Amino acid sequence: MRKPQALLDRVDHPPWWRDRRVIPWLVQGVVGLLLLVLIAFLLGNLVHNLTARGMLLSWRWLGEPAGFDISESFLPFDAAQPYWRGLAAGLANTLRAVLSGLVGATLLGTLAGMASFSRNGLLRGLTRAYVEIIRNIPLLLQLIFWYFVVFLSLPNGTAALQIPGVVLAKSGLYLAGFSQGMHWSLPQLINGVWQAPWRLSVEFAALLSGLIIYSGAFIAEVVRGGIASVPKGQWEAATSLGMGWFPTLRHVVLPQALRVIVPGLNTQYISLAKNSSLAVAVGFSDLYSVAETTLNQTGRALEVYLLLLGAYLALDLVISVVMNGLNRLVQIRER
Amino acid sequence: MSFRPTRAWALPLVLVGLLASCAQDGGTGVQSAKLAMIQGRGKLVCGVDGKLPGFSFVGPDGRYSGLDVDVCQAMAAAIFGDASKVEFRDLNSSERFAALASGEVDLLSRNTTMTLSRDAPGGNALSFAPTTFFDGQGMMVPAASGITTLKALAGKPICVESGTTTELNLADRMREIGVAYTPLKFQTGDQTYAAYLGGRCIAVTSDRSQLAAKRSSFPNPGAHTLLKDVMSKEPLTPATTNADPAWADAVRWTVNTLIQAEELGITKANITSKLAEAKANKNQADLRRFLGVEGDFGKQLGLPADFVVKIISAVGNYGEIFDRNVGPASKLKLDRGVNNQWTKGGLMYSPPFR
Repeated sequence: MRKPQALLDRVDHPPWWRDRRVIPWLVQGVVGLLLLVLIAFLLGNLVHNLTARGMLLSWRWLGEPAGFDISESFLPFDAAQPYWRGLAAGLANTLRAVLSGLVGATLLGTLAGMASFSRNGLLRGLTRAYVEIIRNIPLLLQLIFWYFVVFLSLPNGTAALQIPGVVLAKSGLYLAGFSQGMHWSLPQLINGVWQAPWRLSVEFAALLSGLIIYSGAFIAEVVRGGIASVPKGQWEAATSLGMGWFPTLRHVVLPQALRVIVPGLNTQYISLAKNSSLAVAVGFSDLYSVAETTLNQTGRALEVYLLLLGAYLALDLVISVVMNGLNRLVQIRER
Repeated sequence: MSFRPTRAWALPLVLVGLLASCAQDGGTGVQSAKLAMIQGRGKLVCGVDGKLPGFSFVGPDGRYSGLDVDVCQAMAAAIFGDASKVEFRDLNSSERFAALASGEVDLLSRNTTMTLSRDAPGGNALSFAPTTFFDGQGMMVPAASGITTLKALAGKPICVESGTTTELNLADRMREIGVAYTPLKFQTGDQTYAAYLGGRCIAVTSDRSQLAAKRSSFPNPGAHTLLKDVMSKEPLTPATTNADPAWADAVRWTVNTLIQAEELGITKANITSKLAEAKANKNQADLRRFLGVEGDFGKQLGLPADFVVKIISAVGNYGEIFDRNVGPASKLKLDRGVNNQWTKGGLMYSPPFR
């Protein structure tokens, strides 16, 4: 005779190998262990082979004199300084390009995204054309276009493009500003060379233009998607209250659209940071460019690439963390 | 254990090969297996760059020309008495040593710098002939800039290809003379010269011969000048492998022939009259030996007795080759400089034919 109670017990407490609470942990544990073994094997193999060739990871070369120069840098650097200073200068240049790129691309992308809802048909058409043309051409081509076709065809010296306070020449972009001693000074031509408190090289300008315009097109689409996700009733309600197009967008639609926009922006910001390594094509000494020279001069391929991987990973993770924080701020709070 | 052709196997094979070649060539004096193979094949295979005007370049008619090419043709003339019996292979800088070591090419005549590590048995194990072009790193500027010295480049942007020894030499020299400058680095030569032509930098640096060659393809070559300063040593030299010293000797003395002929004033134009003169006048011992009228230099090298006459009739002497390809008569317009004869203060010096 079967006892129903015993059957129930068996169902409630199956043996551990059939327990739904145990199996996932077990599977994860086994997969995790296999992964660890695989990593340990690969690392062991690497260390073994590198030791055999006398190329085991070494970081001593970082302290040796670099022997090469960098065209522009926030951190003072010359050939007599060690490699790590050169790499740091390259990282500073990368950060400068990424941060300015993020600000510029966000502004441009937001404006273009808003403009695609404009009541002005010409503006809408121009925005569409901008987005469709720019995002369908490889960034590398665009950078080379900006550098070799646009910036390198600028005139130099007295023929440079000038508006009060700003000079755009082949040697760079010069801006008025406070020089030493807090004197307001304008760009001046001294011995055929422009001097100004603020100077951007054309390499940097080309990289920045390329990054901003390229990422701006993607951000415009993210913003457009965000705005489109706000129900049409919100527009109609605001209009019926007598609000104009821009106030409606600014006070009603954008705050709601941000919830959709921010996660999408995160992705675009991360791509922008990674795309900045294309700077090498336009002669800007970013982290990748300095690392490449370092690699060629020292032959420490593994170490240089580990540093590069670590640097770009850290940069992208920082962007991610900041954007996730921002995302929490704009989400609807349950009350 | 699997079968591998180790040295233990190679030795008997080489011995058999040597015996076979001795038996085949009898008393003609050929001791080089490579030379015997080339003679059997009926043509010389020569590795060149193929894309460098003045050194090795394919013209609109599909024919190779250049200083490196002429060395190949001189070698073919020495072996076959016919400069056209040569096949060219274009090699890039990473392929060149492997192609030579594997025997795909018999001779590497490809603007290759002679260095210790390339020569040494523990390195690339090459055997270098005499240098055919003494090069060095140079600096090119627009003629209109009025710049004539490295010092005048202070504070100016200079274009350079990144990851090259050129980049380091530039930093070293500028630091030596205490001049601050801005290096603009590009990944490829095309980008580097495009930025220079775009006017972004006031100067571009590379090997002097390369600068001259690139300049010859600029829209307006006359608007650019090379500075006199030489920033490094780059002796461009034909090479064979260490594996066949007898073949290396044949190449070495073919190059020496070109240099010696210029010193003796023997040219493509006057070789016939010089030969007649040597045959007529028994007192001209040097000339008679050089042109193979007496002695057995050709036989000692495994080449025909009149190999010198064949070489000079085909390509002329070193001075003619230089002038034609890279000198005043060419697009490159390089000065002889250190590539002049030792009697004129240069480095071109052939050991005696004796």
